[in-house]
Amino acid sequence: MMDELTGRGAVSEKKSGFAAYLRRVWAVAAKDVRTELRAREIVVTMAAFAVLAAVVFGLAFDLRVPRAELVVPGILWVIVLFTGVLGLQRSFGSETDRGTLTGLLLAPVERSAIYFGKVAANLLYFLIVEALLAPTLLILFDVNLAQPIILLGLLMGTLGYAIVGTLFAALTVRSRAREALLPVLLLPVLAPLFIAGVSLTAVVLDARPAGEAWRWVGILALYDALFLAIALLLFDLIWEQG
Amino acid sequence: MSTLSKAARSDTRQWPLLLLDILAVLTMALAMWAGLIYAGDAINLAGEEQVAQRIFYFHIGSNIAALLGFLGSVVGSAGYLLTRRLVWDSWAAASVEIGTIFGFFVLLSGSIWAKPAWNTYWTWDPRLTTAAITVLIYIAYMLFRNGFESRATRALFSSIYALFAFLSVPLTFYSARLFRSIHPVIVAGSNQESQGDFALGATMGQALTISTVGFAVLFLALLFHRVRQLSLEAQIEQLQMERDE
Amino acid sequence: MTGQTPLIRCDKVTKRFGGKRVLRDVSLSVSGGEILSLVGANGSGKTTLLRIVAGLERLDAGEVWLGPVPLSAAHHEIRRYIGVVDHAPLLYDRLTAVENLQFFARMYDLAAAEDRITRLLHAFELWPRRDDPVRTFSRGMLQRLAIARAILHEPPVLILDEPDSGLDRESLAMLAGLLAEFRRGERAVLISTHDRNRAAAWSDRICELREGRLHPITDLERSEQ
Repeated sequence: MMDELTGRGAVSEKKSGFAAYLRRVWAVAAKDVRTELRAREIVVTMAAFAVLAAVVFGLAFDLRVPRAELVVPGILWVIVLFTGVLGLQRSFGSETDRGTLTGLLLAPVERSAIYFGKVAANLLYFLIVEALLAPTLLILFDVNLAQPIILLGLLMGTLGYAIVGTLFAALTVRSRAREALLPVLLLPVLAPLFIAGVSLTAVVLDARPAGEAWRWVGILALYDALFLAIALLLFDLIWEQG
Repeated sequence: MSTLSKAARSDTRQWPLLLLDILAVLTMALAMWAGLIYAGDAINLAGEEQVAQRIFYFHIGSNIAALLGFLGSVVGSAGYLLTRRLVWDSWAAASVEIGTIFGFFVLLSGSIWAKPAWNTYWTWDPRLTTAAITVLIYIAYMLFRNGFESRATRALFSSIYALFAFLSVPLTFYSARLFRSIHPVIVAGSNQESQGDFALGATMGQALTISTVGFAVLFLALLFHRVRQLSLEAQIEQLQMERDE
Repeated sequence: MTGQTPLIRCDKVTKRFGGKRVLRDVSLSVSGGEILSLVGANGSGKTTLLRIVAGLERLDAGEVWLGPVPLSAAHHEIRRYIGVVDHAPLLYDRLTAVENLQFFARMYDLAAAEDRITRLLHAFELWPRRDDPVRTFSRGMLQRLAIARAILHEPPVLILDEPDSGLDRESLAMLAGLLAEFRRGERAVLISTHDRNRAAAWSDRICELREGRLHPITDLERSEQ
C-alpha cells in the first residue's frame, strides 16, 4: 500500500522492534540534553532555585526547631517538588516557543518515544539538581542525606515525578495559562509521592527499623509502575488532534 | 432547524427533572428533620460534643455527594475517552463542579466538628488529607478546563487529567494512612487510635440513612440541571455558528 | 504518469475554529510530478489546509488521501512520506546544521544518513557553515536548511508553507531549481505563497483560497523563468 506512495524507493525505511524504539527515545533525550548543555537554561535555573530555597528554609527554621532532622525531610521534598516544576515548564515549552514541536510531531515515530525521551532528559536534570541539593542541605542543616535508602527513595520519587510531570507538561503546553497551571495540576497528584518520600527520609534519619522504610519504597514503586502504565496508555492521545 | 427541534425536545424532558427537584427538596427536608430532631443523642458524649455530633449527618451526606461527584468524573472521563462523545465530558465536568461544592461542605463541617471533638480544626488524618487533596484536584481540573478554545481538546485533556487524578487519590489515602490515623471509624467498629468515637443508636442509624439518601438525590438533581445547562450552552453556540454563516 | 491515483487528494475538507469555518468543502488533488500553488490573503486558510494535509491538524468533515491511504485511518508511518516546510524553520537553534539534520535522520531511520546529509549541505551551499549553531544563521540560510530538513527523507509528498518568505534572490533561485527537480522526480508538491507571479512561475496550477473556499485560477500568466 505504501509503495504506491513513493515516487521512487524512499531512503527512509521503517525499522521496527524494541531496539529501534529505544534508539528514537535516545535520539530525543540526547537532542534535549545537548541543547541544554549549550543553552544552560533549565538545569542552572533549577539548581539556583534549589540552593536559594534551601537557604530560605534555613533562615526560616533557624533557632525555631530543636533538631534539624525534624524538618530536613520536608525541606528536601518541598524543594524537589518546586524545583521540578521549573524544569518541566521548559520541557515542552521550549519546543512550542520555537515552533520545533511541529517538527517532532511530523516525524514517523511513536508519540510515546518522544515522551520517554523527554522523561529521560527531565530525570537527568532532576538528579543533577538533587546531587547539588543534598550537599547544600548537609552544609546548612548538618544532616547527611547520603544514605542508601534515602538515595533510592529519591531516585524512585524523582522517576515518578518525571513520569507524571512530563505528561502534564505536555497537557498544559497548549493551554493559555500554562506556567501558572502546571504546579496546580501537578502537586495534588504528586501527594502520595510526597508523603512517601518525606516519610521514608524521616524514617531513615530517625534511625527507625529499615522495614518501615521499605514500605515507603514499596509505595514509591507502586506509584512509578502505575503511572508509567497509564502514561504509556494515554500519551498518544495528547497530540491526536490540532 | 434540526437544532431548534432538539431544543424544543429537551424542554419536554424538564418534567422528570422537576419531579427530581421536588424529591430532592423533600428528602433534604426530611434529612434535616431526622438529623436535628428525630435522631437520639449519642449516649457516650456530653455537653458541647453532644451538640456538635449532629453535624455528622450533614458531614456524611455531603461526603456521599462528593464521592458521587468523584465517581461521576471518572465515569464521564473514561466514557469520553472511549466514545469521544462530548456529552460524556459534560457529565464529568458537571460531576466535578457539584462534587467540589460538597467537598467543601465535607471539609467545613468536619473542621467545625473537629474543634470540640479533637480540639483542633485540622489534622493530617488520612481521610482529611485525602479529602483536601481531592478538592484541590477538583479545583485544578476546573481551572484546567478554562484554558482551551476547542471543546474537543478540552474534553480530551481534562479526561486524561481526571484519570490520573483518580489513580492518585487511593494512593494518597493509603500513604496517608500509613502515616497516621485518628479519624473515628464509626461504622466499622472500634479503632484503637481514633478519638471522638460515638456509639450509633437506632434512631441515629435511621437518620444517617435518610441523610445519605437525601444528599444523593440532591446531588443527582443538581447534576442533571448542570448537564442540561451545559448542553443548552452547546446548542446556543451551535445556533450562533449557524447564524453567522 | 498523471493518470494514476493522485498523491494528494482533499475531498470536501471542512475545518472550524471555534464557531468559524475557516475551510469549506475544499477539494483538490495533486499528482506525482505536479506542483499546485495556493494563493490567498492572510487568514484565508492556506496554512490550515496545509497543516491538515500534513496530518498536523484534524479536520471536521471530509477526508484527505495520500495516495490510497485516508489520513484519518493512517498509521504514524504515513508521516515518512510527507515533507514539510513550515513558517517556523523546525530547527533547534542551539544545535549546528549537521546536528539538526542528524537528529531528524535518526527520527526518520535514514540509512546512509551521513552521506545524504553531506550531499544536502553541499547542494544548499551550507557546507562551510555546517558546524555552526543554527541560531547564527541568516534568514535565507535558515530557510535553506529548513528545506533540506524537509526533504532529508526524500518524501514523495511535499508541503511548503510560504517557503519564499524572507528569502534572498540567491535562495529563491535555489528554491525554483529544487521545485523543478521535484517535478521531474514525480513528487507531488503543495505550496502556499503570497506572490502570484512566483506562483505562476513555479507551478502547474494555482488555486486561490478566499473565505475558506477554493477557486481555481485558470488564466495562468506564465512569466519567463
